[in-house]
Amino acid sequence: MITFEDVVKVYPGGSTAVDHLSLELPTGKLTALVGPSGCGKTTSLRMINRMVTPTSGRILIDGEDVAGRDEAALRRGIGYVIQHAGLFPHRTVLDNVATVPVLLGKTRREARAAAQELLERVGLSADFAKRYPAQLSGGQQQRVGVARALAADPPIMLMDEPFSAVDPVVREQLHREFLRLQEDLGKTIALVTHDIDEAIKLGDRVAVFRQGGRLAQVGTPRELLAAPSDDFVAEFVGRDRGLRGLSFDSAAGLPVRPVDGLLLDDAGRPLGWPGDDGPRDTGGTFTKDDSLRVVADLAIRSPVGIAVRVGPDGAADGLVSHHDLADYLAGRRS
Amino acid sequence: MTEYLRNNADTVWLALQEHVWLALLPVLLGFVIALPIGYLGVRFPALYHPLVNTCGVLYSIPSLALFVFLPVVLGTKVLSPVNVVVALTIYTVALLARTVADGLRSVDPVVVQAATAMGYRRVRRLAGVELPMALPVILAGLRVATVSNISLVSVGALIGIGGLGQLFTRGFQLFYIEPILVGIVLSVLLAGLADLLIVLVQRAVTPWTRAV
Repeated sequence: MITFEDVVKVYPGGSTAVDHLSLELPTGKLTALVGPSGCGKTTSLRMINRMVTPTSGRILIDGEDVAGRDEAALRRGIGYVIQHAGLFPHRTVLDNVATVPVLLGKTRREARAAAQELLERVGLSADFAKRYPAQLSGGQQQRVGVARALAADPPIMLMDEPFSAVDPVVREQLHREFLRLQEDLGKTIALVTHDIDEAIKLGDRVAVFRQGGRLAQVGTPRELLAAPSDDFVAEFVGRDRGLRGLSFDSAAGLPVRPVDGLLLDDAGRPLGWPGDDGPRDTGGTFTKDDSLRVVADLAIRSPVGIAVRVGPDGAADGLVSHHDLADYLAGRRS
Repeated sequence: MTEYLRNNADTVWLALQEHVWLALLPVLLGFVIALPIGYLGVRFPALYHPLVNTCGVLYSIPSLALFVFLPVVLGTKVLSPVNVVVALTIYTVALLARTVADGLRSVDPVVVQAATAMGYRRVRRLAGVELPMALPVILAGLRVATVSNISLVSVGALIGIGGLGQLFTRGFQLFYIEPILVGIVLSVLLAGLADLLIVLVQRAVTPWTRAV
């Protein structure tokens, strides 16, 4: 666990970057630090590995004050990923990944063998090993950056806007792969981002910072969307937080009405709604494993305002109109 | 020209050898001295501009003046090759200290920070990250310094130590064009060869600059 104890950082010249921050980042979880620019989130991150020294207060890793640790030794035990990856241009991809194990005293051969495996793990084939960073796309560089941070298998990872320099399609893909990786590895991660959607998507917990380096609210993404602590957080989280909050609710408990009026094939799979020019597309279907957000979206997009649920075999087994959904949500609230 | 060469092979060979070491020893010494000086100019940013200015002034001292002036300062004999070596080392330092500083300043600070955050200590970071990344700039400066030294050695002939330059003085004294031609051709060849060697070394040690 990483603990901030009443941490203050005032830069020479008097500007306060971090103002009395107390925060816990639980072990094995990803805590997203999010906020507008100048809110002190990056400064806070960089105090964990002593790239920035706090003016007052303490930062503890598993109860031990980082100020008492040797800087280089501390940093070798903490993975570090930044925007644009910050790879060494003069080293091959393989040697970039092998960096920290070599610093820790492994032979170059051992470190390279381990690096090769890691590259595959982040989705890069073996032919990338001998290339130089300039020969990679932004997304590929970022994967190498993640592999490099993981190379010494550190329990803690610090990530500063790791996915913000790549285009939205690649970012989406990196998010998915990263979540899968984290599910396997269970690192304690602090991730800085200015993008609340990214924070909500990746974070087990989200800490929202406001200008002047003060913590506005910390909680699970669901808590943040359901109950923002004040206007600042509510606005930062966004006006569609009601709809977005539905993505944390399962459709399993949602009552459905019997299938009626829907055109089905022989196996009971939906063909569409009856129309003058043949069946009209249902716009997709949902299962019990989907979220209420998916259901709401289907009901809105459906030509008849009804979302279709299917069972594991693909056969339609229930219908939900937007009225049904609204009633369900209203009933749940009271 | 070939006949002159055949008859004076020994003289020309000795002059060429002298020329090579008079030019290249200062490159080596200058490089070793310039490295820490250039580093200081980056480590302490306040020193950068004084460093650049001092280098500019040193390089603008006429070589002949330096050759004549050095024995007074160093207490060496007027005809000692040490004067030439010291003078050319001063020029090399003047060229390379600034080049080393500029090379180190050209390194992307984001990469240096990333190295620090991964647990590099200062010295290892300098040797393993900053200097290798500065090499293209530093080696470009080394080429200039080497070629410049090879041409400056000849000036030393005016005080009696000048490698191939002595062929020039001899030609002038005897009103005889052949040794002058031989001297010119050999110094140009020597400069070209040294330049080529550095380029080859550069290609070997910075393969990443050509990877796009």
